[in-house]
Amino acid sequence: MAQITLDKLAHSYFPNPQGEGDFALKELNHVWRDGEAYALLGPSGCGKSTLLNIISGLLHPSQGRILFGDRDVTRAATADRNIAQVFQFPVVYDTMTVRENLAFPLRNRGADAAYIKARVAQIAAMIGMESVLDQKARGLTADAKQKISLGRGMVREDVNALLFDEPLTVIDPHMKWELRTQLKSLHQQFGHTMIYVTHDQTEALTFADKVVVMHDGRVVQIGTPEELFERPEHTFVGYFIGSPGMNVIPARVDGARAFVGGAEMALGCGYAPLDGKVEIGVRPEHARLSTDGMPVKIRRVEDVGRHKIVRADFFGHDINIIADEGAEIGADMTRVTFDADRVNVYANDWRVAPMEGAA
Amino acid sequence: MTLRLEGVCKDVGAQTHIHTTDLELVKGTMNVLLGPTSSGKTSLMRLMAGLDQPTNGRIFWNGADVTGQRVQDRKVAMVYQQFINYPSMTVYDNIASPLRLMGVDKGEVDRRVRDSAELMKLTPMLDRKPLELSGGQQQRCALARALVKNAGLVLLDEPLANLDYKLREELRVEIPRIFEESGAIFVYATTEPEEALLLGGQTATLWEGRVTQFGPTAQVYRQPQDMTTARVFSDPPMNFLPVAKTGGKLMFGDGQVAPATGRLAELADGRYTAGFRPNHLEILQHAPDAMQFSARLDVTELTGSETFVHLDHQGARWVGLIHGVHDLQIGAPLSVWLDPAHVYIFAEGGQLVAPAAYAVAA
Repeated sequence: MAQITLDKLAHSYFPNPQGEGDFALKELNHVWRDGEAYALLGPSGCGKSTLLNIISGLLHPSQGRILFGDRDVTRAATADRNIAQVFQFPVVYDTMTVRENLAFPLRNRGADAAYIKARVAQIAAMIGMESVLDQKARGLTADAKQKISLGRGMVREDVNALLFDEPLTVIDPHMKWELRTQLKSLHQQFGHTMIYVTHDQTEALTFADKVVVMHDGRVVQIGTPEELFERPEHTFVGYFIGSPGMNVIPARVDGARAFVGGAEMALGCGYAPLDGKVEIGVRPEHARLSTDGMPVKIRRVEDVGRHKIVRADFFGHDINIIADEGAEIGADMTRVTFDADRVNVYANDWRVAPMEGAA
Repeated sequence: MTLRLEGVCKDVGAQTHIHTTDLELVKGTMNVLLGPTSSGKTSLMRLMAGLDQPTNGRIFWNGADVTGQRVQDRKVAMVYQQFINYPSMTVYDNIASPLRLMGVDKGEVDRRVRDSAELMKLTPMLDRKPLELSGGQQQRCALARALVKNAGLVLLDEPLANLDYKLREELRVEIPRIFEESGAIFVYATTEPEEALLLGGQTATLWEGRVTQFGPTAQVYRQPQDMTTARVFSDPPMNFLPVAKTGGKLMFGDGQVAPATGRLAELADGRYTAGFRPNHLEILQHAPDAMQFSARLDVTELTGSETFVHLDHQGARWVGLIHGVHDLQIGAPLSVWLDPAHVYIFAEGGQLVAPAAYAVAA
């Protein structure tokens, strides 16, 4: 296992990139800790696959270095990086048994028979395939084959990192539950450095210790699932994480107060004077319909069973409010309040840290 | 305008894909077919469209028997999970193509294409080719082509399944609005309970080729007639535990006791299965008269704004759902609570004998 260092790393698919806009991956400086599980999360085109391909060695970056531990692997071939990879679609030898498939990476490196036997048994137990170990892989379902791919990816204990590229795409929805939680417990048990690429927030947040959110070729936040929910560092993170995403509302901020339209609200903290585009971010879970507070006009109420999503107009901006399943939404509910402590402030899309000690 | 299925069933070889089904869909309604993969949603749609012929039974459109009629002769439009557009044509020509095939005059084609593009927010993209559009825009183009025909029956087979969740979120909000303006009979197949709830209208739950219940969506969700329907219409799945009724009391697995009030008072003494939804499991806070259960926390899953909590309760797997993102201690014992008002009671055969009190009030 190794720590992964990204040093001034950037990539452009153009031979002579002119400006930042030509870079599919904008400059990155990060150290990813040994033994942690990271997810690269973002919509298609955000640069996450470019980054994964640089880490795996399929792509050489146009600038900067990548280090595994102390070793510079920027120009090293994939085979020399000592990594395991699991792809979108299962890669399984049909003519081999499940056992032979799982043992393959160990046999290839000349591990001894007793070790292989024990290790394969351990992995088979983790992926729940002990009963089919001596069956040929041919004829197994796509789900089962992908489990074999996952197991084979994890069979070697000495890899620098384990890379997953949207590994649950072919898995049936109810099976995804099982696999993403299994992956999480596999990580907790084996402690590999893992990098998992996905556009699915549930996969990313469930699997990873740290989620790397990417947008437009840039890493906009690296954080725990709680941090991404409570303190999105960029308005994109607020929008992308959560369903529905965070409400982002243009505002004027003065100290510990925010002004939207004609209304005024208290913030949980004080802020230094701000320049540029100023907005406040409020999660739908932290907004409440009420009979006092700021004026709001309800447009539509959607009953999604476990709660209601209220679509409303707030000074000309569309906002979403989550209400309880049993909440009565009466005609007198013409006001909204926000939990002051849960409101974030943004200037030019980036979160502004509140002033220490001021409230 | 009505579509009526009378005793329709479909066998393929020795297998029954659709068991005998009676269903009536009326003008201006959204009808959701909700069920897991291979439960018969697409088979049923193909029968409705006339793409397949039923083994038995008849299909009526506005009272006229159309069972043997070819799909081309029916007023039907269909949208599939894959975005099907003509790659070499512009968005404008894609939307116009069904009208041109119908021989509609040029001025009328132009007017309808522009209306339909406006509705689907495609006006700025009319001159582009489908592959120059995002996935969401490609699917809007396919939807616009289906709507432009003014077909009386519009069949949508998991139209959002191939989109990423943010685009899905946006289109889910728009589809009911589009549908309200069209007045057609919409049939919408999905595997996701939340999608059915967002679409509203009527829902038919499907399980192994059978329609297990059909009615207003919120009613099917809150008052499922049996355990199968409750399972199909719950994601994550409904939790179950044994319960016995003795005199005026309900005795739960762990010895928790709740008074049998309301409809439960009339229930015969005996053994039943209690069911409750994941969001009704109370974890961080609880109602004063809630029953306490002990469990072990196995795993948590985070969706971005909610936390799924997987629990082991005496060997049974329970799932809870709480708002917000919470970092809870895996493997630790956890007390959870359940309000008796949130409990459904099923007979041992699976039929609902008493809906939860909250669901009757809602």
